[in-house]
Amino acid sequence: MTSARLYAVTVLGHDRPGIIAEATAGLAGLGLNIEDSTMTLLRGHFAMMLLCSGAVSPGDIEQALAPLTEGGDLDVAVRPVTDEPTPTTGGTSWVLTVHGGDRPGIVSAVVREVAAAGGNITDLTTRLSGDLYLLVAELDLPAGADSNAVGSAIKAAAQQVGVTATLRAVEADDL
Amino acid sequence: MNLQRADSDRLASWTEAELGLEGRVLEVVRAPHPVLGTAGESIDPTAAEWVRLAADLVATMRVSPGCVGLAAQQVGVAARIFCVDVSAHPKARTHHGTFVLCNAEVVEASRNDRAREGCMSVPDFTGDVKRASRLVLTGQLPGTGEQVTIATDAFEARALQHEMDHCEGLLFLDRVAGAHAVHPRQTYL
Repeated sequence: MTSARLYAVTVLGHDRPGIIAEATAGLAGLGLNIEDSTMTLLRGHFAMMLLCSGAVSPGDIEQALAPLTEGGDLDVAVRPVTDEPTPTTGGTSWVLTVHGGDRPGIVSAVVREVAAAGGNITDLTTRLSGDLYLLVAELDLPAGADSNAVGSAIKAAAQQVGVTATLRAVEADDL
Repeated sequence: MNLQRADSDRLASWTEAELGLEGRVLEVVRAPHPVLGTAGESIDPTAAEWVRLAADLVATMRVSPGCVGLAAQQVGVAARIFCVDVSAHPKARTHHGTFVLCNAEVVEASRNDRAREGCMSVPDFTGDVKRASRLVLTGQLPGTGEQVTIATDAFEARALQHEMDHCEGLLFLDRVAGAHAVHPRQTYL
């Protein structure tokens, strides 16, 4: 008997009603437990990633999800992954907003400064609408990082590519 | 009657007719126009050019469906002047009708609430923004230059903070709560 394993499943392609219902029905039929997941539309393209665990093989999951791909406009990928405990950094959490006129290299220019400061991006979305390019990221800075210096470096990098950047501390209301 | 109450009554009774001229409808600029990222200068509220802009802001707000406020940056001018009118909005509690404020500053802000905001200058997105729901602010009326200090709450407080941000060169996008707090707009007013 196969022991329980953790799998990453990605589904990507043309959006239509029922994709999530079909995908999760296939996984439930195998007795898989869905853990963390995220789904969004990227300029109308369906994009879903999820982690699920169960005592099955990758082939079992691919077979269960095969009906999704029959139309030829959805791709499904399954691969085993190891459990990754979320590290506690002891640092600080920030929200970074960048916006301005669209051009290549905005994301690269800005996140380079985050990486240079030892920062770790934990969530990121970008949107393009007309000429407006928008990036919003959540990131952790290591304990002891000079957030003012990081913010200034990010602003300077943003200015170089003609956009503006705002770095704000995450406000969490513990109740 | 305390001074703040008197100011509140003064603001509530203010109308654009006091400006003595007909406002023109101006074009509203959209992001990524650089003026939207430019902090405004403090202005002389009695100067003719700003009285003219006050009238134009109100006129432009009036003809824009769903618009409850408009700042100078949104019509291409980096200056600390904006208009507001939330009186017809269902989320408004306290409100002071239509008014224009110059050089506004927050005196007190408390009781943060998160809500979804839109903006005429960012027509394709809305965003979840945390703002104070109790606000005391001070500013000057265009034309007379009277200094008024008012207390407000709920939606008028949110609208005022949104417009004051414009005057500082900030959009609601700069204050969204996180990576998943920006949403494509589903309906356009």
